[in-house]
Amino acid sequence: MDSKAEEQRAAVVVKGLVKTFGTTRAVDGIDLEVPKGTVYGVLGPNGAGKTTVLRILATLLQPSEGRASVFGHEVVEGAAFIRKRISMTGQFASVDKDLSGLENLHLIGRLMGFTRARAKVRAHELLHAFGLEEAAKKQVKQYSGGMQRRLDIAASIVVTPDLLFLDEPTTGLDPRSRNQVWEIVRTLVSTGTTVLLTTQYLDEADQLADRIAVIDQGKVIAEGTSGELKASVGTGKVHIRLQDPAQRPLAAQLLQQKLGTAVNYSSSASGLTAQVAENNLAVHMLEELDKAGIAVSDFSVGKPSLDEVFLTLTGRSAERAEEMEAEA
Amino acid sequence: MNKKQAPLSQQEALRTAVSTSERPKNAGPVSASLTFGGRMLLKIKYVPEQLFDITAFPIIFLLMFTYLFGGAIAGSTEAYLQFVLPGVLVLTVVMITMYTGIELNNDITKGVFDRFRTLPVWRPSVLVGALLVDLVRYSIASAIMITLGFILGFRPEGGVVGVLLGVAVLLVFAFSLSWIWTTLGIVMRSEKSLMGVSMMVLFPLTFISNVFVDPETMPTWLQPLVEINPVSLLVVAVRGFMGGEAALAEVGWVLLVSFLLVLIFAPLTMYLYYKK
Repeated sequence: MDSKAEEQRAAVVVKGLVKTFGTTRAVDGIDLEVPKGTVYGVLGPNGAGKTTVLRILATLLQPSEGRASVFGHEVVEGAAFIRKRISMTGQFASVDKDLSGLENLHLIGRLMGFTRARAKVRAHELLHAFGLEEAAKKQVKQYSGGMQRRLDIAASIVVTPDLLFLDEPTTGLDPRSRNQVWEIVRTLVSTGTTVLLTTQYLDEADQLADRIAVIDQGKVIAEGTSGELKASVGTGKVHIRLQDPAQRPLAAQLLQQKLGTAVNYSSSASGLTAQVAENNLAVHMLEELDKAGIAVSDFSVGKPSLDEVFLTLTGRSAERAEEMEAEA
Repeated sequence: MNKKQAPLSQQEALRTAVSTSERPKNAGPVSASLTFGGRMLLKIKYVPEQLFDITAFPIIFLLMFTYLFGGAIAGSTEAYLQFVLPGVLVLTVVMITMYTGIELNNDITKGVFDRFRTLPVWRPSVLVGALLVDLVRYSIASAIMITLGFILGFRPEGGVVGVLLGVAVLLVFAFSLSWIWTTLGIVMRSEKSLMGVSMMVLFPLTFISNVFVDPETMPTWLQPLVEINPVSLLVVAVRGFMGGEAALAEVGWVLLVSFLLVLIFAPLTMYLYYKK
């Protein structure tokens, strides 16, 4: 692919990016390409280098090696251009906690070039849309975590950016606030904004991101759609529960013969699990069981979770992944 | 109130709010600096105690030094006041420039500076805005002290124009000196260490000067040191304007020192600010 075409298609292109702090290589040769109009998730544990990549792309840090461009402009030379088209919501509230929500949004509006009156209207519009109208005149330090996060995102879209960076947008939020943030991100993307977000939550990447890069120790260890990542780990798994436990051996034999897949008994007396390569095989299973007169009480096809993907890829963070699950 | 409709209108409001494609021309350098200055003023609204330094300091310092030293140095407090007021004014304002750095040191570690640095506005405007507000603070401190001085019997020969010119040259120097504190405000890791360093610079700078006594009463080895101290030059310049006999040479020196301070520390501050 030549670089011109790549520029038109991609919001972000990163090649061989390295960032060192002293002797630590926080980012150690990363390649990324974020297509315009999509949500791109950068997934990884704490200290993997996610935030550093984001800060480089947001023109807050300079790369040590390699190149990074946003809308075809290099992050160092084109910083002024890039700042006109991006917004950044940092990991820790990037709003002024000493001011009120209204004052924060008004401030950003004025800096972006709105008149006083227009900035005020826009601020109220956003406060309303983000459910913060009632807290408009309170100091942000009195807001809950979820409210701060919403205000933070609101501040990022006072003028709708072409590319929005969200650094761990839901870390530390309760499930309800997290769902609100997800809703905001989905709405934003539906209106054409590209979103690049980092997360430690596999669930979040799965829910929001069109494509995901899994980062560990400054390197991309896997990249693709959520489906591709799951497929790279293994095929889907079918869970079957029979009405009559006595029919289990028969069912197992039948499925093994007709479909040639490995069938295992699961821990419950009437349960079976089978690995399938394609989903339509699972449909055939149901047909075969029905023909043989075996009644099924429960049937589900599950893809491997991103947790499994992450564990398979990194191999060493079972404990951490569990912690993350607990937090999520 | 129909509760079922609320989430829907919320959803629509969200959609409307994010689909605005309005893209105004970003604020220019002056407008951005003033907007950032406005931010500092808003902070005062929430924490009015932070005005303590510019209201209490001038009053305490003037009363303290006038009545403490007046009798001993000039024979009477009234006579001493004519001599010491411009000096104490300089001392006070120079001392409170330190708060610029502390404020910045507090502020810069917060996430909001990440946002400011990614905004498409003139880069130094955050700092210039803060320094502009500081000029307002210095002016208030000066006004308070001069008013109190007047009540106590300060009668400047230079009249209103002389007093205003004296304050003006003081503000120029204070603004320029502030850039040292912004530099340190970025470099220093904590407010305490910053305070320590600032005090270490400010105490000798303000006290080894002609603020309180004529340098001719000092030991001969100390005199040259006092005379080249920029604070002494500034005090002579301010006294000159207020006393009705402008000391133009000293004014020139003060402006030169101010210019050099900005020339060195403004770019240094900006460099550090964007490296941080």
